[in-house]
Amino acid sequence: MTRFLFLTIDGLAMGAVYATFALSLVLIWRAARIVNFAQAAISVAAVDVAWVVGSRVGGWWLGLLLAPLVGALLGVLMQRFTMRRLGPERHLDAIIVAIGVAMVVQAGLGMVFGLQYRPLPAPVSQTVLTVGGVPTLSPYKLVVLGAAALLGVGLALLFSRTALGLRLRASALAPEVARLLGVEVDRMTTLAWGLAAGVGAFAALLVLPTGPGLHPTAMDGVFITAFTAAVLGGLDSPVGAVVGGFAVGLVLNYVTGYTDEPNLAPIALLGLLLAVLLVRPNGVFAGPTIRRA
Amino acid sequence: MRAFGQPTSPGARGAALGLVVLAAGVVATYALPGRLFAIGQVVAWLVAAAGLTILVGQSGQLSLGQAGFMATGAYAAALTQNALYAAGFTVSPPSGASGRFGASAAPTAAPWTLPVALLAGAAVAAAVGALLGLAAVRMRGAYLAGATLAFGLIVTPVTAVVDGLGGEQGLRVHVPRAPDPLGTAVGEGRVRVWVALVAAALVLAVLVAAVRGRWGRTLRAARDDEAAAALVGIPVARVRLAAFVVSAATAGLGGGLYVYLTGTVLPGYFGLTTSLFLLVAVVIGGAGRLVGVIGGTLFVVAVPIVTTEVMAAVNASPALQARLAGNAPLALLGLCLVLVTLARPGGRLAWLRRQVGVRRGARVGSPGVHGPGRDGTGGKPPTRHVPE
Repeated sequence: MTRFLFLTIDGLAMGAVYATFALSLVLIWRAARIVNFAQAAISVAAVDVAWVVGSRVGGWWLGLLLAPLVGALLGVLMQRFTMRRLGPERHLDAIIVAIGVAMVVQAGLGMVFGLQYRPLPAPVSQTVLTVGGVPTLSPYKLVVLGAAALLGVGLALLFSRTALGLRLRASALAPEVARLLGVEVDRMTTLAWGLAAGVGAFAALLVLPTGPGLHPTAMDGVFITAFTAAVLGGLDSPVGAVVGGFAVGLVLNYVTGYTDEPNLAPIALLGLLLAVLLVRPNGVFAGPTIRRA
Repeated sequence: MRAFGQPTSPGARGAALGLVVLAAGVVATYALPGRLFAIGQVVAWLVAAAGLTILVGQSGQLSLGQAGFMATGAYAAALTQNALYAAGFTVSPPSGASGRFGASAAPTAAPWTLPVALLAGAAVAAAVGALLGLAAVRMRGAYLAGATLAFGLIVTPVTAVVDGLGGEQGLRVHVPRAPDPLGTAVGEGRVRVWVALVAAALVLAVLVAAVRGRWGRTLRAARDDEAAAALVGIPVARVRLAAFVVSAATAGLGGGLYVYLTGTVLPGYFGLTTSLFLLVAVVIGGAGRLVGVIGGTLFVVAVPIVTTEVMAAVNASPALQARLAGNAPLALLGLCLVLVTLARPGGRLAWLRRQVGVRRGARVGSPGVHGPGRDGTGGKPPTRHVPE
């Protein structure tokens, strides 16, 4: 029972990170019908840059501010220089280009920083606190939960309460109509890419201190996990992505926690992904509506 | 081939391409005797990439986990081969081997066990592909790409978890040795490359014939307009699944060939990089073009080799060499992927062919990944998707 409680609480904290990263995938999917397969590489690059600056000047907390900014910049650059040049109908080409960008970014990071893991220290202790005999969370995981929750609330407010959020949603759902009504759809799409990549970098900065550290491919596993979470939630729904993130975090923690076999995590993930695609291919939260492309 | 003045049948075209590949490969094993391993790698990867180019170019779907299917085929072939060996299907070793290892050299696997093992590898990979495809082909391309990416990433974990796969150390495989007159006259390593070449020639011949025939037209119809294809009675989902299963099967065969060439199987052969390099080979050659993918595969195998040689030639410092060794080819090939896709949907070779004015000579089907007719002949992108 103690173990179950610990795995549940820890799974929710990890789920918060997966949910955040899944949100970054969903944001781009809604705006451009593209899954950004370069998101993992870009967010590592952003954390790398933020850490080089942050560790000299202000430490992790400054990095927390910088990483999303650098990530957003990289996302905007990627959209401007590659994705925007593809027509709206070339979905397959968009994936291929994203893969190419990921290869270039990862190779660049490998050349600059080398291929060994570089530890990324957490700003507060990672020792698990015990409350009433039950091991729960480390102070750092509390920070992770809090930061992810703040970001989630911020995004929800942005999309539901601001004019910018309305323009973003309009550009994603009905680009032609939005354009007729004076929304600069092209600029909104670029902005969505920046926003999404910033969110991805934020998630990377939160999750990397809990693992072996910085490495060009350090986020690949998180990417697949978040992709599964996003598909679970329907790939189109931010709320679905968040719930999917928590669900995947719990499932992974139970599987690896009860078997003590970390190698089962990617296998369980593939099983979960295939199960969702077979049973509810449009996600657990899909309504009865049929939407075209 | 148009130069011969006769429109040729799909089967004849396939056979011609297969024979050309076979002949060129045999010549290469004599012209570059020091590069037998690289030639073998090209051949094994070519088999895997041939299925992928059909999937991407003709069917409009993307797999990022071809290395996973290669691994599936490789381990299935290795286990089959070792099981047949353990069951006693052996022959006494050829004289060359017994001379080298003394009179008491162990028997080697019977030659007929090799095709059995290779077919078993392809069949298991096809079955796993069918399972994965059933779940993913109904959805848009991104789902299949993500699912195959996840699949490619479980190779190492599976070998670590499942007993009998040898973990990170992999398995030694009892592959047959070349029978006596051939082995001594030609050399064991060269014979293995030839065997792989025969397999590659067969695969290319069959795929060219299939793609130019009715099956290829069905694939392209399902790719270009789902609704129209369904209206004329094409079972779109089944056609897509078939393309995916074919690509998984050829990857499995390629993995099995890799096992035969090296005599071992290791999870490290089949990482994400291998999947990505195969995709680069497909895109550079022009997705959907079986002639182009030959050049693409040569290119992706040559780039790391050339990088290493250049660094050795300029006496780069060991530290620099360590930094560039894997990363420079990755960067270059990634850049190729981006630039070729952005600039020339038909692939580099299609562009070259336009420059020399040979427009339709060797083409096999589509102008590329949904290429919107940039070379004037092209298909049209899929316009809609109606989820179940």
